Amino acid sequence: MQNYSIFALVRHALNGHTTWAPAWRSPPLKESYDVVVIGAGGHGLATAYYLVKEFGVANVAVLERGWLGGGNVARNTVTVRSNYMRDASIPFYVKSVALYEGLADELNFNMMHSKRTMIDVVQTFPKMRELRRRQLTMDIYGSTYVQISTEEVRRRIPALTGGGPDARLPVIGGMVHTDAGVNRHDAVAWGYARGADARGVELHQQMPVINLLRGSDGAIKGVETPRGVVRAPKVAVAVSGHTTTLTETVGLRLPLRTMNLTAFVSEPVKPLVDVVVNCPDSGFYFSQSDKGEMVIGGAPDMGQSFRRDIKQHVFEDTVTAMLSLFPSFRKLKLLRQWGGHLDIAPDASPIMDETDVPGLFVTAGWWGGYKAIPAGGLTFAHLIAKGALHPLMEPFSLKRFKHLDYVMESGTTTAR
Amino acid sequence: MMLIPCPFCGNRSESEFAYGGPVKPDRPDSHVTDDEGWVAFLTTVPNPVGPVHEHWWHVKGCGAWLTIWRDTRTHDIVEGPPDAG
Ligand SMILES: Cc1cc2nc3c(=O)[nH]c(=O)nc-3n(C[C@H](O)[C@H](O)[C@H](O)COP(=O)(O)OP(=O)(O)OC[C@H]3O[C@@H](n4cnc5c(N)ncnc54)[C@H](O)[C@@H]3O)c2cc1C
Ligand SMILES: [Zn+2]
Repeated sequence: MQNYSIFALVRHALNGHTTWAPAWRSPPLKESYDVVVIGAGGHGLATAYYLVKEFGVANVAVLERGWLGGGNVARNTVTVRSNYMRDASIPFYVKSVALYEGLADELNFNMMHSKRTMIDVVQTFPKMRELRRRQLTMDIYGSTYVQISTEEVRRRIPALTGGGPDARLPVIGGMVHTDAGVNRHDAVAWGYARGADARGVELHQQMPVINLLRGSDGAIKGVETPRGVVRAPKVAVAVSGHTTTLTETVGLRLPLRTMNLTAFVSEPVKPLVDVVVNCPDSGFYFSQSDKGEMVIGGAPDMGQSFRRDIKQHVFEDTVTAMLSLFPSFRKLKLLRQWGGHLDIAPDASPIMDETDVPGLFVTAGWWGGYKAIPAGGLTFAHLIAKGALHPLMEPFSLKRFKHLDYVMESGTTTAR
Repeated sequence: MMLIPCPFCGNRSESEFAYGGPVKPDRPDSHVTDDEGWVAFLTTVPNPVGPVHEHWWHVKGCGAWLTIWRDTRTHDIVEGPPDAG
């Protein structure tokens, strides 16, 4: 793997940047692999990387329907945080945030990780009580939440001029989550892809999986693509939003519904907000990108959806809520909007397991799953390589539905 | 913008409605159904790339509950399959 450094930059600059090697190869498709990972998003690529690096599994291929890193890993708002609710969840996200902080070194790729803090702007007492309950549990696992006054919220977010005492929902205080940050989504996809490729993983783009294939013994035996059958004794599904579409090709129903979550960005402006701002009572959040754009997210569409654009009234609701707290944003021109397909389980927690089809593994239900990519990839690789769940993921198996042992995280993400 | 047909008010903008969740089969008797059927009823609904059957509530209108078939790819309101209720 060619190393990226200041010296490499100078050397290649002297050659007019004509000497950089491609970041990964495009080898021909083979007839069989030890492990086929479906989906070259954050989770699929991280899984492939850790399969080789941590567990020494050779002969791994990642099959991607579109282009590498063009799914939700490229469509999300890059908030990395660990302020969840349950004892089962928080340690996992603490681990993932820690892995993110070391990822630039791990992958020799600049992640532009900016640990800039998230502030929840709280406008109702029930929400404040809910966040204080979370604080208590988070404290056990070393995730930080600190309550601050309304004055302190306004001091730290000067653009927050709405929500005064006469507003319908006055700001009553805030919660500060110092572990939170943002980073560069492309770097995450490309960094893991390059690291996986360097360790021998084959990355195949424009390679949709049409069907999963079962052998006569009921176990998985491979996948069907437009370029023929690819055999593998282990197939790992990491297709965010499209999980059930694939698993139903082998008759496997899963407790997942697919929704469309959307976001939009403004024109770039001078630095104005230096934290991630989350307004759970009003139903929107945003951060300012390094380029100066406001990156804004709201609620998902109501009901299941395989669309990838924002609905007019979702957009209007989000903008209206935002302007009630940030009236000066009225002047911002909005440039782009988009959406992405995410699947969600009834308890809003992820699902990671080997399924009832032996050899078929799924990682799914990643609603706010960008933050989860490093630990999600590491633990999924553990499951595929060892056939046993990583301790951090034990609460998230499919068994939890058999026993109705939900890990209820509804309400700690942007899900309605 | 989706126009949802309310039986009383006619086609009204989606912003007047609250989503009421997917239409589910009748709640089984938990003493009669097996564990698998009970868990499936509680946790699993169809997730089609195509028409879904769902409840909506005309909450900012007349207050009626209604069901529609909606295509998840387009959000168009469509005819349900002939064999469905
Ligand atoms: C608007 C929006 C904002 C978000 N904000 C945040 C946030 O701030 N913080 C956070 O933590 N999370 C956030 N998320 C969630 C996060 O983006 C996802 O949970 C995460 O990216 C999903 O995992 P992934 O990266 O592997 O998915 P993806 O990048 O979607 O990867 C799945 C891949 O599978 C491919 N695929 C699908 N079907 C097939 C097939 N049949 N054959 C081959 N390939 C296939 C797709 O093309 C895709 O490339 C947000 C999501 C959206 C949409
Ligand atoms: Zn009506």
